[in-house]
Amino acid sequence: MFANFDFDVIRRSLSYLFLDGMTFTLTLTALSALGGLVFGTLIALLRLSGSRLLGRVAGLYVDFMRSLPLVLVIFWFYFLVPYLGQWLTGASRPIRVGAFASSLITFIMFEAAYFSEIMRAGIQSISKGQPAAAYALGLTYRQTMRYVVLPQAFRNMLPVLLTQTIVLFQDTSLVYVLSITDFLGAASKVAQRDGRLVEMYLFAALVYFVISCFASFGVRRLQARIAVVR
Amino acid sequence: MNYHWNWHIFFEPDPSGSGTYLDMLLAGLWLTIATSICAWIIALVFGSIVGVLRTLPSKAASWFGFVYVEFFRNMPLLVQLFLWFFALPELLPRSWGLWLKQLPHAPFYTAAVGVGLFMSARVAVQLAAGIGALPRGQKMAATALGLTTAQAYRYVLLPMAYRIVLPPLTSEFLNTIKNSAVAITIGLIELTGAARSMQEFSFQVFEAFTAATLMYLLINVVVVAAMRFIERSVAIPGYIAGK
Amino acid sequence: MKRLRFLGLASGLALTAALCASEVRAEELTGTLKTIKESGAITLGYRDSSIPFSYLDDNQKPVGFAMDICYKIVDAVKKELKLDKLEVKLNPVTSSTRIPLLANGTIDLECGSTTNNAERQKQISFTNTHFLTASRFVSKKASKINSIDDLKGKTVVSTAGTTNIKQLTEANAARSLGATIVPAKDHAEAFLMVETDRAAAFVMDDILLASLVAGSKEPNAYVISTDAFSKPEPYGIMLRRDDPAFKKVVDAATAALYTGGEGQKLYDKWFMQKIPPKGLNLNTPIAPELKAEFAKPSDSPDPDSYKSM
Repeated sequence: MFANFDFDVIRRSLSYLFLDGMTFTLTLTALSALGGLVFGTLIALLRLSGSRLLGRVAGLYVDFMRSLPLVLVIFWFYFLVPYLGQWLTGASRPIRVGAFASSLITFIMFEAAYFSEIMRAGIQSISKGQPAAAYALGLTYRQTMRYVVLPQAFRNMLPVLLTQTIVLFQDTSLVYVLSITDFLGAASKVAQRDGRLVEMYLFAALVYFVISCFASFGVRRLQARIAVVR
Repeated sequence: MNYHWNWHIFFEPDPSGSGTYLDMLLAGLWLTIATSICAWIIALVFGSIVGVLRTLPSKAASWFGFVYVEFFRNMPLLVQLFLWFFALPELLPRSWGLWLKQLPHAPFYTAAVGVGLFMSARVAVQLAAGIGALPRGQKMAATALGLTTAQAYRYVLLPMAYRIVLPPLTSEFLNTIKNSAVAITIGLIELTGAARSMQEFSFQVFEAFTAATLMYLLINVVVVAAMRFIERSVAIPGYIAGK
Repeated sequence: MKRLRFLGLASGLALTAALCASEVRAEELTGTLKTIKESGAITLGYRDSSIPFSYLDDNQKPVGFAMDICYKIVDAVKKELKLDKLEVKLNPVTSSTRIPLLANGTIDLECGSTTNNAERQKQISFTNTHFLTASRFVSKKASKINSIDDLKGKTVVSTAGTTNIKQLTEANAARSLGATIVPAKDHAEAFLMVETDRAAAFVMDDILLASLVAGSKEPNAYVISTDAFSKPEPYGIMLRRDDPAFKKVVDAATAALYTGGEGQKLYDKWFMQKIPPKGLNLNTPIAPELKAEFAKPSDSPDPDSYKSM
């Protein structure tokens, strides 16, 4: 069955796959997770802020992003961001945005919707006594959030946040539709150039599997260690 | 903004001569719905089996369930679709591989199976959680009444478990619909693919994608409303899942 | 009010990554030339597998006939803007992303194998033609597909976003072929579908087909049809519309290149000598129509306007 397969093609393209492809994937994952978390937390705060208008707007954003396929959102942002940049800065031409920047914005905006739901659950899971005590001590809203509520919410939701990051890591493979060279894109390019589809795709699947497995395992151990006894 | 808007593009004929661009988008919409429903049926069937396996007392069964879920959860959907579409026909004996490759509508079947199995892992996890959320007394009472394990699951545990997990299953169905868009990479011209084709032939990027976006939102609204209706009609009064 | 500030801050943060600095209004420069001068960089769009015009070699670097022409254009732009340094950025494009990416400013020049036609000229501009080619199809000799009508009921692949897939779609309807048309993301993927018997034929410009066949594992297994879907059509390097200053510089650069004899040298380098990555020699002498066009460069989209001398 494996007779005329040339697995040597994997060894020959290892440096391209990992130095070009995997660095892109990991960088995109890390930055998008960070950006998505920050933006998502802001959205969660808006929804819980008590202001009806802001809460509604934030809620609409989350529902909107969560109803669309990521592939469609990727296309939207890739073609739209330069025009948005032009509109925002009042420039005469669309702003030049590279593939990486465009993907980064796409994933931050998309994942923010998911991270915001997680953080919202986290914030709501903090007992009301905590912010009440903080206000009683004279802390402002800002200080309460920054020093009392958010740290606890973050710690509680850390396993879920990390799981969502693993999902994000897998979702970055979708930049394939734009022919961007992430890990899967790199494997594809080698596969198509050399006609070695089976070898490259099996290898790519194996690498994603190993990384995700290890990461999930790590999250499970983390969950066991930081579980707070109530 | 030097982009030429043209909202009339939807009523202009597309190059394949089989109608307007709007017809092309509607054909894509139909394919999205068809693929999602087929994938969801596969996901429910396999997911239920594996979900039950995970909750069985047998160690082998729960280990198999664990491996199954980990296998499908740790690979991106795109990679799985590529394996099914590109790698599988090459690994099979030549004549089978050839038959698979030249199957009419090969992308459709591959997408349905690929997305279905990917989602089945998530359904399995949800169902296992649902069964686990039931009071332990249910299973014990069933055994005490003389029901076999199979009968206990069929008549006591599963009916309640499904009702409990109906809300998460709704969001998994919506995920299935969204994931069907990934099949654009294996040549399935579903809604996102049709919008892309429209953009390529007519150069009207934003009109095409706006239409696709609106259609996805519409699907979402319809599915959520339908699932709410189903939830209410199967709810058992007095239980957590009921009202 | 604090929350509104949060909102403003949030949106500003989220979109900061997209914004380039844009302040100094240069004196007389407009459009692309202005952007290039201000940013000190020009972005070229390249293809994955449009051999030998624009493709990735063994080190995944974009090379090719169109790439070389573009580098010459970059030299001319550098001279025109009197810049000491001009950074050249490279951005991958596919047939279906090239026009939107040019329109939205991601790339300044598309250096590939793009057919110049009147319909596309409504969206973007082309500079002087660098090749002429007709739409044909490649299939395995064993499938015995000789004419376009033999494609009846078969699975035919073409690359998404090309004139070829459009011509194929129209021919399919006009001749009632009932063929299943499958779009592929790029030429290598489409050719692979024929190689693995997923599709019976691949419709594309004949020069690209010839290059793919020559570089394949078994070149003798394939045959390129004599039937064509179109007359030989011109390839042009794309640039944005409504930018006369930039077009003037680019047109002048390409005209100088072709009339001055260096165009012929570049042609020979990519079509008559060994090319990366496998050292293939395509051995395609320059067509008389193209030779005539090199002597009198033109950016006309009309195939009939290209006659030999």
